[in-house]
Amino acid sequence: MKQSTLIALTSIVAMAITGTGLVAVGAKPISYKLPDETAAFKPGPNLEAVQNNCTACHSADYIKTQPEGPKYKKDFWQAEVTKMIKLYGAPIDDADVSKIVDYLAATY
Amino acid sequence: MMNRRTILRGGAALLAGGSAVGGTSFASFAAQTATLPFDNGERPIVKYPQKRPMIGLTSRPPQLETPFAVFDENLITPNDAFFVRYHLADVPLDIDPDKFSVEIKGKVDKPVKLSIADIRKMPTVELVAVNQCSGNSRGFFMPRVAGGQLGNGAMGNARWKGVSLKAVLDRAGVQAGAKQVVFGGMDGPVSDKTPDFAKALDIDHARDGEVMLAYSMNGEDLPLLNGFPLRLVVPGYYGTYWVKHLNEINVVDNIFEGFWMKTAYRIPDNDCNCVEPGTAPKATIPINRFTVRSFITNVTDGTRLKAGVTNLKGIAFDGGNGIKDVAVSADGGKTWETARLGKDLGKYSFREWSFPVKLSAGTHELKVRATSNDGKTQPMEALWNPAGYLRNVVETVRVTAA
Repeated sequence: MKQSTLIALTSIVAMAITGTGLVAVGAKPISYKLPDETAAFKPGPNLEAVQNNCTACHSADYIKTQPEGPKYKKDFWQAEVTKMIKLYGAPIDDADVSKIVDYLAATY
Repeated sequence: MMNRRTILRGGAALLAGGSAVGGTSFASFAAQTATLPFDNGERPIVKYPQKRPMIGLTSRPPQLETPFAVFDENLITPNDAFFVRYHLADVPLDIDPDKFSVEIKGKVDKPVKLSIADIRKMPTVELVAVNQCSGNSRGFFMPRVAGGQLGNGAMGNARWKGVSLKAVLDRAGVQAGAKQVVFGGMDGPVSDKTPDFAKALDIDHARDGEVMLAYSMNGEDLPLLNGFPLRLVVPGYYGTYWVKHLNEINVVDNIFEGFWMKTAYRIPDNDCNCVEPGTAPKATIPINRFTVRSFITNVTDGTRLKAGVTNLKGIAFDGGNGIKDVAVSADGGKTWETARLGKDLGKYSFREWSFPVKLSAGTHELKVRATSNDGKTQPMEALWNPAGYLRNVVETVRVTAA
């Protein structure tokens, strides 16, 4: 028997044993590694207020992918920031709110 | 064939082939993008463990969209291509299924904790069902609305195996006066001020024998990002109810008023579940069953075809009545012909359809419209609601024959 065939057969046997094991004892533990975060906020005025207040809970792509254009400026972003504070409990200081809205409206 | 919804730059060959990519590093995919066909629709193609290259919506918490070509390749969506949606960034990444248990408590005679081994010993139920995000296709809303800007790939069709929720509730013994069952998973918020994710079903729905606790998806363990080791499967209902990493089942004698039921995931309370674009509904109800939808999967927008006969194929599904018929129009909706339905995998599954369409030289608008067994069909003009849910307009693919 060729060595490669032998290896293939061994693998099948190994798989079969693993398969049986799965049925008997259930799934194996998982230790999952999420890929590194690559999205970043665009540079702009008051970027620091955004980085200090928004990034604890979500990545920058949440903002980057929202609709763009004249209809999605200050009112749109004010509503989003208010939603984050009132509904999701974002602990944003009053003084930072307008800074964040201005940054988002000017930058996205 | 390129997809009309997903124009891939750089990554087309890898995605279309669905070939082995396990050995390729994340970095090599970082430069690839997909462009969903709406404004600001450019997305990175990302590679996550247990997943093939997917359309990246957000990275923390992770949200991944299925490249649309996958729906043409398989009526059952492979686990490694199944969409991912989390709300809250504390995702459980280290899970030992031998230490995992789900607790059934509240208005029950005997609160119980069941391990995965306990659950695997119970009678098995299995069904094929579509899971679809409430906000699937939100990016196409006009006017646009805030939220996850998804194309049409936040859906998938899988064979789920597990135990019925009814059997699990019976183990604990539901008490008289129970009104709802509340579900919680291991994932949670970063801040304790953010409402933890919890969803509720009415007690009769919870005990219908079809709602299930699934530990297997397409014959394998659930991928971690799809709820390993156990998730709720609510056939015909939007994915928001399909709680992942399910470890808490609480029977209550009131209507659950948590944020994710009472405030979020609401639709207008009227016949069309819609309002005039840009306006707010007077009253709302929790989102529930899928609207009926259909797609052409093998011909994409802007495709050039040979004049003559082209065999169109695609998928249709609804919220659990099953598909009665699928009609195809090759003239922008003026005339319709009935497509041939494919194999029936059950009333909650994607239903394949096909239709040979004869195209003369010139441009053509191909449309597809499904009707479910309860007589519901798709609107020719898109309906609108402020949250961007329930999209099911008749889809159009423009082609040129020569």
